[in-house]
Amino acid sequence: MLEATRNERHRLRESIITMIIWLIAIIIITIFGWLLTDLLVHGLGPLTWSYITTEPADAGRAGGIGPILVSTLLILATCMAVTVPIGLGTAIFLAEYTNERSPFGRAVRRSLDVLAAVPSIVFGLFGSAFFCFHLGMGFSILSGGLTLACMALPIFIRAVEQGFRAVPDEYRMGAAALGLSRWATLTKVLLPTTMPTLMAAFVLSVGRAVAETAALIFTSGYVDRMPQSLMDSGRALSVHIFDLSMNVPGGDDNAYASALLLVGLLLLINLIATWIAKATQRQWTATA
Amino acid sequence: MTSSPRNISSLHRADAALLWTLRGLAAVAGIVVVLIVVFLVLESLPALRSIGLLRFLRDQSWYPLSDQFNMMPMVAGSLAVTLGAIVLATPLGIGSALFCRYYAPRPIADFYRGIVQVLAGIPSVVFGFWGLVVWVPLVTQSLLAGILILALMILPTIALLAETSLAAVPVLYERGAAALGLTRWAMIRRVMLPAARSGIVTSIILAIGRAIGETMAVVMVCGNVVQLPDSLFAPIRTLTANIALEMSYAGEAHRSALFVSGLLLMFIVVLLVAVAQWISKESDHA
Repeated sequence: MLEATRNERHRLRESIITMIIWLIAIIIITIFGWLLTDLLVHGLGPLTWSYITTEPADAGRAGGIGPILVSTLLILATCMAVTVPIGLGTAIFLAEYTNERSPFGRAVRRSLDVLAAVPSIVFGLFGSAFFCFHLGMGFSILSGGLTLACMALPIFIRAVEQGFRAVPDEYRMGAAALGLSRWATLTKVLLPTTMPTLMAAFVLSVGRAVAETAALIFTSGYVDRMPQSLMDSGRALSVHIFDLSMNVPGGDDNAYASALLLVGLLLLINLIATWIAKATQRQWTATA
Repeated sequence: MTSSPRNISSLHRADAALLWTLRGLAAVAGIVVVLIVVFLVLESLPALRSIGLLRFLRDQSWYPLSDQFNMMPMVAGSLAVTLGAIVLATPLGIGSALFCRYYAPRPIADFYRGIVQVLAGIPSVVFGFWGLVVWVPLVTQSLLAGILILALMILPTIALLAETSLAAVPVLYERGAAALGLTRWAMIRRVMLPAARSGIVTSIILAIGRAIGETMAVVMVCGNVVQLPDSLFAPIRTLTANIALEMSYAGEAHRSALFVSGLLLMFIVVLLVAVAQWISKESDHA
């Protein structure tokens, strides 16, 4: 009899907890759905072709975001042009040329761990002090892109390094048995096999960079005209959303459109990265 | 035509050049953090000299234009909003991880994990904007608004990392628990959560780092009044928001004081990373 009530109690507790856990999941899905629907409902109307291509007018209340998209692209291009070579080299070095005992390798790894945790506003301060003033680049797309590169580096490196570590050792041994040099092993064997991960890491870093705002406010600045060169100040899309919603009364409609565009781009980026990762997995299971 | 000695040595030379190039690139990547610290310190020095550490704690308040530089209201604001967000996001995040791992059927779990991943990638400026237009009308620009938005932003960090550490618990633990006839919740509470504890704690520490460093969302929803928070509905200003709001017009001493707050943020983050690494090292030994 006692046993029976205890079982009863256990069963009751189990079902209450199951309900709570499902409730948590439902709440989170609801909030996400709410965010997405809200952006779609308010942002889809103003998000037209002319909005994407024309110049902003009346501080962004009217007109479009043409020059802002160009600036955003230039900032991203600068960022990735720096991130990819340095990041790729570092990741290859960490994955292929060091081990746990190497003090230099450990120091680099430790420093990247910290770099990954640095708040974006601190990157902004650093970028302003180092690129804008110390190196004399001023408020420019170049300063913003370089600041973002510092931010994207640890993300890119971590993802690429994992890709290299996932390559089975048989590949390296096979290359060594064929008498290939390290350089040939790298370019003929390792790089081709890790290419999908490299692409995924690239996409991931672009996603992180395009989402960034705080690091750009005082490096690439607010100017919303069409940039003529990398030395011009240029307003990124995320900075535009910030400015419209905080400093421009009546800018909400266009802020919605820009926010929807930004989230749409990120969803696309996310999809591409997942798709690449899945395709790679299939390739590995097929060859294994 | 076997390889002549000349060939072998040129091969070595190419490989040596490759190695040194890679070392050089790794050195560049490794030096960034050092540069950041050096420049934060260099820019902070004028304020540390002319204002001095004590006045950051003891001045009347933060009125940089009248030469008053007390940072404590902003430190309190940052801590309050971070604490609130962590208290809210931790149970929800762990609950999410448990949902994915033990409660949801496979397709639902995959779908749900996808949503959490997308949520992790949504830019803070979008969260801030959405909070401003949707939530602020309900709860005003306040500590509470900041806590709600920030909790939503750090939840994916906790959920995804907690699930990874739950997944890393050896299958034998689960089978053992099942063999003992434990119910699902008893297995989770007595076996899985304790086994995954260090990973979960690490995820919370990383989330604290994200929360304390978050800028755009809190600038947009917290109201930015410099004051010690006395209720959930009080508007507050965080250290990060203060930098974002004032850098554009800061004069010399003022700018330098803002760098001091940046240095403080950097110090907190390095400390958190060190604690996280210490925890994972301890659990490796255990």
